[in-house]
Amino acid sequence: MNSMPDLKKIASEYDEMYSQVNRRVIICAGTGCMANGALKIKNEFLNVARLTGLKFETELRQEEEKFDLLTGSGCQGFCQMGPLVTVEPEGIFYIRVKPEDVAEIVAETVMNGKPVERLLYKGSAGKPCRTVNDINFYKKQTRRVLRDCGNIDPEDIREYIKRGGYLGAEKALREMSPVDVCDEILNSGLRGRGGGGFPTGKKWALALSEKNDKKYIICNGDEGDPGAFMDRSVMEGNPHAVIEGMLIAAQAIGADEGFVYVRLEYPLAVKRIKKAVETALDYGFLGDNIFGTGKSFRINVMEGAGAFVCGEETALIASIEGKRGMPNPKPPFPAQSGLFGKPTIINNVETLAMVPGIITKGAAEFRQIGTKDSPGTKTFALTGHVVNTGLIEVPFGTTLREIIFDIGGGVTGDNGEIDPEGFKAVQIGGPSGGCLTTEHLDLPLSFDSLRSIGAMVGSGGLVVMNRNTCMVQVAKFFMQFTQNESCGKCVPCREGTRQMLALLEDITEGNADENTLVILENLGKAITKASLCGLGKTAPNPVLSLLRYFNEEIQTHVTQQRCPARKCKSLMTPVVIEEKCKGCGLCIKKCPVGAITGEKKQPHFINEELCIKCGACIEACRLDAIAEGV
Amino acid sequence: MHSETHVNAVRKFAAVCAILEKYEYRSDKLIPILQAVQEEYRYLPEDVLAYIATAIGISPARIYGVATFYAHFALEPKGKYVIKVCDGTACHVKGSTPLLDEVRKKLSLKNKQHTTDDFLFTLETVSCLGACGIAPVVVVNDEVHSLMTPGKTSAMIDDILAQERVEDEQHA
Amino acid sequence: MNGQNTLTVNGREIEINGEKNLLEVIRKANIDLPTFCYHSELSVYGACRLCLVDVDGQGINSSCSMKPQPGMKVKTHTKELRDIRKINIELILASHKRECTSCVKSDSCKLLEIASKLGVEDVRFKQKLRGAGIDRSSPALIRDMDKCILCGDCVRACDEIQGIGVLDFAHRGSDAIVAPSFAKQLGEVECVDCGQCARVCPTAAITPASDTEQVWEALDNREKVVVVQLAPAVRVSLGEMFGYRDGENVTGKMISALKHLGFAKVYDTSFGADLTVIEEANELMERVTNGGKMPIITSCCPAWVKYAEQYQPEFLGNISSCKSPQGMTGALIKNWLPGKLGVEKEKIVSVSVMPCTAKKFEITRDTKDIKDVDFVLTVPELARMIKEAGICFDELEPESFDMPLGFKTGAGIIFGNSGGVAEAVVRHLTGGDGSHNDVLPLRGNKGIKTKTITVNSTEYRIAVASGLKNAKELLDKVKSGEESYDFIEIMACPSGCAGGAGQPVTHSETTVALRGKGLMESDKMLQLHNASENPWLKELYGSFLENPGSHLAHELLHTHYKSRKRFEGGISLIQSEGVKKKISVCVGTACFIKGSQKLLDRIVRHVSVENLADEFDVEATFCAENCEKGPSVVIDGELIQHCTIDKVKQAINDLR
Repeated sequence: MNSMPDLKKIASEYDEMYSQVNRRVIICAGTGCMANGALKIKNEFLNVARLTGLKFETELRQEEEKFDLLTGSGCQGFCQMGPLVTVEPEGIFYIRVKPEDVAEIVAETVMNGKPVERLLYKGSAGKPCRTVNDINFYKKQTRRVLRDCGNIDPEDIREYIKRGGYLGAEKALREMSPVDVCDEILNSGLRGRGGGGFPTGKKWALALSEKNDKKYIICNGDEGDPGAFMDRSVMEGNPHAVIEGMLIAAQAIGADEGFVYVRLEYPLAVKRIKKAVETALDYGFLGDNIFGTGKSFRINVMEGAGAFVCGEETALIASIEGKRGMPNPKPPFPAQSGLFGKPTIINNVETLAMVPGIITKGAAEFRQIGTKDSPGTKTFALTGHVVNTGLIEVPFGTTLREIIFDIGGGVTGDNGEIDPEGFKAVQIGGPSGGCLTTEHLDLPLSFDSLRSIGAMVGSGGLVVMNRNTCMVQVAKFFMQFTQNESCGKCVPCREGTRQMLALLEDITEGNADENTLVILENLGKAITKASLCGLGKTAPNPVLSLLRYFNEEIQTHVTQQRCPARKCKSLMTPVVIEEKCKGCGLCIKKCPVGAITGEKKQPHFINEELCIKCGACIEACRLDAIAEGV
Repeated sequence: MHSETHVNAVRKFAAVCAILEKYEYRSDKLIPILQAVQEEYRYLPEDVLAYIATAIGISPARIYGVATFYAHFALEPKGKYVIKVCDGTACHVKGSTPLLDEVRKKLSLKNKQHTTDDFLFTLETVSCLGACGIAPVVVVNDEVHSLMTPGKTSAMIDDILAQERVEDEQHA
Repeated sequence: MNGQNTLTVNGREIEINGEKNLLEVIRKANIDLPTFCYHSELSVYGACRLCLVDVDGQGINSSCSMKPQPGMKVKTHTKELRDIRKINIELILASHKRECTSCVKSDSCKLLEIASKLGVEDVRFKQKLRGAGIDRSSPALIRDMDKCILCGDCVRACDEIQGIGVLDFAHRGSDAIVAPSFAKQLGEVECVDCGQCARVCPTAAITPASDTEQVWEALDNREKVVVVQLAPAVRVSLGEMFGYRDGENVTGKMISALKHLGFAKVYDTSFGADLTVIEEANELMERVTNGGKMPIITSCCPAWVKYAEQYQPEFLGNISSCKSPQGMTGALIKNWLPGKLGVEKEKIVSVSVMPCTAKKFEITRDTKDIKDVDFVLTVPELARMIKEAGICFDELEPESFDMPLGFKTGAGIIFGNSGGVAEAVVRHLTGGDGSHNDVLPLRGNKGIKTKTITVNSTEYRIAVASGLKNAKELLDKVKSGEESYDFIEIMACPSGCAGGAGQPVTHSETTVALRGKGLMESDKMLQLHNASENPWLKELYGSFLENPGSHLAHELLHTHYKSRKRFEGGISLIQSEGVKKKISVCVGTACFIKGSQKLLDRIVRHVSVENLADEFDVEATFCAENCEKGPSVVIDGELIQHCTIDKVKQAINDLR
């Protein structure tokens, strides 16, 4: 065990070994691409190498002769385009690679540096993009936390060190005092990226001021928001950044032990973090006498057991203590009394991954991008009805329009084709968040700007919804999720979300009346104030946001018993099947509200805004040409 | 002769004892202990839970409370093939509900039933596996299947059934 | 007022005086914020969200969990808070079985009280009940989970006060439920029937079991002579149900009411208590003289006894063999009384009124055909019978207990307090009457009290514990040798029987102390204070029992104890078809500590290696009920104590 790792030496040794690398093939090995067959691609490369006599190493080591390097990386974020293969040093970037493409890639690109056109991403007007810098999805981002995700081999610590890894920790432990570290982070304006947005430096200072010989650092990797996978990607792609962040945090508050709590639904992340912890221990970045300072820090990795609520600080602590994951009232805050009653700091994965950069480059540099109240960048998981779904990182202050249209490539219809007028809303912050509409497209995103309009950044999930989306169904979906994950401890959340869900069901089933919306809103507001923890407090947000921005749509459900997006099965108006309709006009006669129009011998049309769903037309039609709500 | 079941029972029990030793009988390590025991038994049998409670000094009501709180812990035996359909936002939007319906129909699972009568399949919903780019996602025993449709799901189950028949014939 | 250490509540300045949370400061300001899940003696839970307040600069939060800070500006009933509280109650009511008119707690239900106080008129939400059914498996307690509001008070009481943890939350979200382990019924698990859960329950989710119907039936039966005995603590609490102040002694009217109900004779359990003092002091002396097992531990609390049988088997030999005062009085009712009254034993129905739920369990230990006590009523049960009969309690003329089982000294009365039994025994040993300062350290509601007294140059080290967690703490020190005593009194309920679960429901924190005070005052008011002075006891011994500890005394007034398993079941390890001899290895705590797990391992290996699986099944069970002499292994029905692998091998060989 090394207690004085020489970072410069490791980096220069790495350079020396790398000088023998001819070309390097990087295969994206994030969960998404792994599911799509990244392993098969890797094996095919090795296969082809064997057949053609190429020297392909899967690990960088000292070689006498030139060789080609084949490594996997963490999630590169362009998930729908996977499997992804990059060939360095040219940076040629291939999408949707299949095993049968590998031989050609080897022959053309690895051996000769020439691109295989058909495998390149085609931008607007079909223009082929050679590298990621040519692709809008990537070039419009500012990848800081994700900078190394997708490049380095997350299982090789030397790559991380070569990119400046552990320099921050060295500086923090050897040259800075705990107060210095807290101040630097405070001055940088870094705010928690897990959803709370609390100033990280302030939190650390609170814990530092507690007099106790035992303190803990916990990394919250329990990213449970459906539709969010930012933390997963960082843990899979650059686990050492998280470890280094924890190490610096430990120095800041005086902790000697830490935990990384990872969702068990992320087995790859668990594996990578565990390996990274072991390696860091081997290299002396963890353990005793780190950097010769006499300080100790050890990290335990714990897997969750399937409870979204354990992403809440005090519930997470309860889980580590071997109990049901039920939150506790705050105050006292974990910084004062947390794990086993000791001062504890809990930070999100992304927050921790940003810390080393702030220490090495300084608070002022961090403040250079982003906004005044929210400096720095934020990762977002962009999903839903958008052309380019995947993982992105942009500075705070970026607008939704830039994210959805420039980076995301625009909104799609249900069939996947671009629909220029298709944008309806974007859900931000998952089940705790609200929806943003066209009026917010040009709002510069930041913690405070979102809070001012009743939304929140949350963990960074962005789900784009096209015009065929029923916003009531969306709110109901999130409420079902929250109800399922509620721990059941406090009355407002346990009973309140259940009743809110019942009211939403009334609405989507056509059983609502004029009181329903009033009760729904009052109940929602009460739950946000009365609940014990963040889960309950934010659970009504999707509904409250729906009432605020899509009031007309929900009113239509209630008063007209109609779903404009035609998604609520019980509220659908009948539709004429054009192929079957002979235009006899019987239905027009029977309709009591004159909702049906049509020329003789032409297919008729039912105006859904007038239809009262009495079913008379269906009964009247002798040709079965009118279908119930579809 | 020793039956296979009792050799297994003994081995598994020895494994429980080893797990308890590894975690030093600490009650704060209850969750990792239960995770490891469930790995061994594929679920958490009641008597084993009672034993663990005795061994680490907590009340059986508490261990039951922890085991029933977390969605991962199963108190009923799971099937040989655990089918997890992701119902996270992205998968939901892209159509996970039809997948669930298809599986339920294909396996003839009654209302609240999760496991088939022959203990071959267990159906679960998971709220987000973090593979949103390739939604809808179905995982069968840690194998991830992307961009699923009801048809593909049905075909996947057929493949498993065919595989099982082959294995049965080999054993007969 | 010292401006440095104050905060404002609704604009009024209130001093902070070491209160542990903001709620207590607010209550000091005479604002009774409603709460369900807050009990000053339990840990803060913060789940009911009724005690929410609005603190300037901090927003809305639960006052039970906030520390009072100087300068805080607190508002307790803004419109927002009032609306939130109402909605909270409505939500609870929407998942609560509302049969208030016929519910046994309709006069003391906190939910009803708070709903009424807050002016909740309408429940705007859909009714969603669990449909869990009623658990009547325990003789002492009834559980109805459709009335449970999940405040968790019972969970914390059983865990924090009693250190047992029979109940805990199971499942999650709106499926969450309070349950014993593995969703078993209460009577199937390790519950000791102390009822502390029922005492703290704000609704009727857990209540004492009811035996009222059977008692009515007995009273209606002209063939039967129904007699009743009343525990000490009952006479200072019954009045609470008729508007009397806490702790007032209503003995006279109580006896009159019982006569009105139709009880032929009304006796006093305190007489049995005096008797217990004599028998137990005698036992103590015998042990001291003959080198018997020390310390001697009291046996009058049935919850403690059950607890000891389940969790403290090493101390079973220390427990006094004396029955409880209820038991002794009952034994006399069925064995001495027939002669005295000229009534056949079979015609007598013996009822007791107790401040206790565990007493309902205690009478089930009696396996005789004709039981010493047939039914146990709690104080609220008696009160309801009186009300049902239309008896105007307040108008009654006081009457007296019947003899011979109605005379007691003050020593018998103070049994209702924690430390009372010990003091009564001390008075007997020293010839004192309770006025000596020596006994003062035994009084009061501290969880553990100790005092050494000297009698004729012999020292007696006495300890008193109330609350089973405190009892365990004390016994652990005795086990380890850190402390040692000659006489230990243990009561399962904090403050003793005065605070039992069979007492009237009270939401005031001072009631129990006032009842205790009432008992001490009753003691003072009596003529005699020393059990040995009880003339009727002298009559009893003279004409019937002969001497303390006599053969007849032993037969009628003493009992025995045995290890009790906490739950059924075991793990089958080797099991195959056919008729086999079974080897059961106990892996319950006591045996486990003595190495039964390793022994089990070696037995399994032995059976496998020697190919004995065709003849022997091996299983791990959870209690062979032989805890003191473990590890216990049962082979083909025969118990091997202090078992070793060699003993097992020998036994196997013998059987083949």
